[in-house]
Amino acid sequence: MAQTVFAPWEDPTEKPLIQFKNVTKRFGDFTAIDDLTQDIFEKEFFALLGPSGCGKTTMMRMLAGFEAQTEGQILIAGQDMARVPPNKRAVNMMFQSYALFPHLSVWDNIAFGLKREGKDKDKIAARVEEMLRLTRLSKFAKRKPHQISGGQRQRVALARSLAKAPKLLLLDEPLGALDKKLRQDTQFELMDIQEKTGTTFVIVTHDQEEAMTVASRVAVMDEGRIIQVSTPAQIYEAPNSVYVADFIGDVNIISGRAKPEGDKVAVRWAEHQPDIIGTTSLPFADGQEIHFAIRPEKVAISAEEPQDAANKIAGKVLDIAYLGNISTYHVELPTGHVIKAQTANTRRLSRRQITWEDPVWISWTDTAGVLLER
Amino acid sequence: MRRFLLIAVPYLWLVALFLIPFLIVLKISLSDIALARPPYMPQLDLSAGWEGIRSFFAALDFENFRFLTTDDLYWKAYLSSLQIALISTLLTLLVGYPIAYAMARSAPEWRPTLLMLVILPFWTSFLIRVYAWMGILANEGLLNQFLLWLGVINEPLTILNTNTAVYIGIVYTYLPFMILPIYSALERMDDSLLEAAEDLGCSRMSAFWLVTIPLSKNGIIAGCFLVFIPVIGEFVIPSLLGGSGTLMIGKVLWEEFFSNRDWPVASAVAVILLLILVIPIILFQRNEQKQREAEG
Ligand SMILES: Nc1ncnc2c1ncn2[C@@H]1O[C@H](COP(=O)(O)OP(=O)(O)OP(=O)(O)O)[C@@H](O)[C@H]1O
Ligand SMILES: [Mg+2]
Repeated sequence: MAQTVFAPWEDPTEKPLIQFKNVTKRFGDFTAIDDLTQDIFEKEFFALLGPSGCGKTTMMRMLAGFEAQTEGQILIAGQDMARVPPNKRAVNMMFQSYALFPHLSVWDNIAFGLKREGKDKDKIAARVEEMLRLTRLSKFAKRKPHQISGGQRQRVALARSLAKAPKLLLLDEPLGALDKKLRQDTQFELMDIQEKTGTTFVIVTHDQEEAMTVASRVAVMDEGRIIQVSTPAQIYEAPNSVYVADFIGDVNIISGRAKPEGDKVAVRWAEHQPDIIGTTSLPFADGQEIHFAIRPEKVAISAEEPQDAANKIAGKVLDIAYLGNISTYHVELPTGHVIKAQTANTRRLSRRQITWEDPVWISWTDTAGVLLER
Repeated sequence: MRRFLLIAVPYLWLVALFLIPFLIVLKISLSDIALARPPYMPQLDLSAGWEGIRSFFAALDFENFRFLTTDDLYWKAYLSSLQIALISTLLTLLVGYPIAYAMARSAPEWRPTLLMLVILPFWTSFLIRVYAWMGILANEGLLNQFLLWLGVINEPLTILNTNTAVYIGIVYTYLPFMILPIYSALERMDDSLLEAAEDLGCSRMSAFWLVTIPLSKNGIIAGCFLVFIPVIGEFVIPSLLGGSGTLMIGKVLWEEFFSNRDWPVASAVAVILLLILVIPIILFQRNEQKQREAEG
C-alpha cells in the first residue's frame, strides 16, 4: 500500500478549515497581530511557536471568539466568524491559565460542556470517565481544583477541552507544567486522539521539542507576524531566516559577503580565512550580505586536519559541555568567533581524546549549512 | 506560655464584653420588678454570707418568660421582626447584587472611588440620615413633591409611618453591608472562567447563573447575614420611619425598658432575642469557616 504523506497545504484543491485573511488585531495603538494571512487545514496539528508576547494567545482567542479582529477576516470551514459568539463555535479552547471552575469538582469540570449539550446522563458519565482515564485523573474525580497539583490541574483543563470532541481544539501551552515523562506520554496521547478523532489541533508551545514531536506544521512567530510556516523537518533543516534558525534549536551563525561560484556560493567572512562554501537555490549577488547557519551536530571536530572536507577551519577548544549522550565543544577561531560542534558520546568520558585548550579542526560538507539573506 | 496568652486575649475579650453582660441581663430577666433603684429584686447581698447567696438564688424564677407567653404582643413582635428582616434582606440583596456586580466589572482604576462612595454615608450620623429620609418620604416631602411635579400622581402618597418606609430605611442603611462582601467575592473572580463557560457552550446568561452566582455564593450568604442579624433587633428605623402598625421587637424592648421601666421583662425579651439570633450567627460563622477552608 502506498503511503501518502499528509500534506494538504501542498494540494491547491484542498479547502482549508481555518483561514486568516489579512487579519490585524490592535489593542489601543499596540499591534498584537500584524496583517496575518494563514491557512490551516483539517486534521492538522498546527503548532505556534514564538517568544513571549508575540501574539500566540491573541490568535487563539480570535479563533475561539473572545477577541474580534480589528481588520481582515477569519473563516472557519468557509464561514465568516465575525458575528459568531464563542458558544456557537465548534471550537474548544484550553486556557493558558486553565480557567477551571473552582466551585466544581474535577468530574463536574469535565462534564460542564457535555451538560450544556443536553446529552443524557449515562452518556455524559461514560464520556467523563473516558476523559479521566485518558488523563489519568480517575483518582481525583471528586476533588476540587484547589486540592490537586498544578500538573493535575493542567490535565483537567485538557480533559475538559477534549470532552466535547470539538472539530477544532485550541491548546494554549497544554503541557508546560508536566514533567518530561508525563509530557511525552501526553504528547503521544494527543497525537493518538488526533488520529482517532480527526480533530484539528492548534497548539501553542514554548517547547520546540514538543512542536517538533507533535506538529504537522510549525509556525514561528515574532511580533505579531508569522515568519515561517513549514513542517518541523523543514523548519529545522531549511529555516528561511536567521531568526527562525536561531529560534529553533542550537545554531552557529557566521555573517559575511556572498561570492557566487557556479552552483555554489562562497561566504567571505574573515580575512586570512578560507571562504565558507555552501549550496543554495537562492540567487545571491556578488558582495551581498549573507548569513551562514549550521547546526552544531553538522560540524565535525577532529584533532588532525581532515583531508577531504569542503570546509575546514583550525581553532582551539574553549569549553566542553557534557550532556550525557552528546558533548558540545565550543571552539574558538583565530577571528574570535566561537563555533559549537556536537558529537555523540560513543566513548567513555575518561578516554575522550580532545580536551580543553587543545588545537582542533572543525569541518563540514558544502551541503551541511544553509545560506540566508536575513 | 506565650501561646496561652495569645489564646487568652480573645477569650478574655469575649468574657468581659459578652458573657458578663449577658449574665447580668439573664439575672435581671429572672428577677422581679421593684419600685426602687435599680428597679428589680433581689440584690445579691454578700455580707449575709452563704445564707444571702442561697436566698438570692431562691428568689430567681422564670415568671417574666411565662409572662411573655401570656401576651401575644411579644410573639407577634418576634415574628413580625423576623418577617421584616427576611423581606428587607431579600430586598437589600436584589438592590445590592447589581451594584456589587457593576463595581466588580468596572475599570480597575474606578473601583477604589466606587468603594469609597459605598462607604461614604457612614461619614454622617446614622440618625441624621434617617431624619433625612423622614424629610424625603413625608406627605409634603421631596419625593411626593417631585412625583406631583412630574404628574405621575395627583395626591401625595402616604409612605412615611408605614412598613414601606421601614423597608426603604433598612435597605438604604444596610446596603453597604450587602455590597461589600459580594463585591469582594466578585472582584476575586477570574474573567477567564466566564470565557471558559462560554467556550463550553454557555450563553452569557447561563454563564452568569452557572459560574458567577455560585462563585459569589459565599459573599451573598455573608451579606445576607450581615443584614439579617442586626435588622431583627433594629429599633431606630421602625420607630422613626414606621407607624403604629409597624411591630418590631426592638421597639417593644425599648418601650418595656424606658416607658414601662420594667427591666426584668425587657431583659427577658432581650434574652429570647439573643437566643433567636444565635442560630443565624452560628450559621454565619460556619459559612465563614467553610470559605476559609475552601481557600486553603
Ligand atoms: N487585552 C489586551 N490589551 C492590551 N494588550 C494586550 C491584550 N492582550 C494581549 N495584549 C498584548 O498583545 C501582545 C500579544 O499577547 P499574547 O497574549 O497573544 O502573547 P503570547 O504570544 O501568547 O505570549 P506568551 O507566550 O507570554 O503567552 C502582548 O504584547 C500583550 O501585551
Ligand atoms: Mg500566551
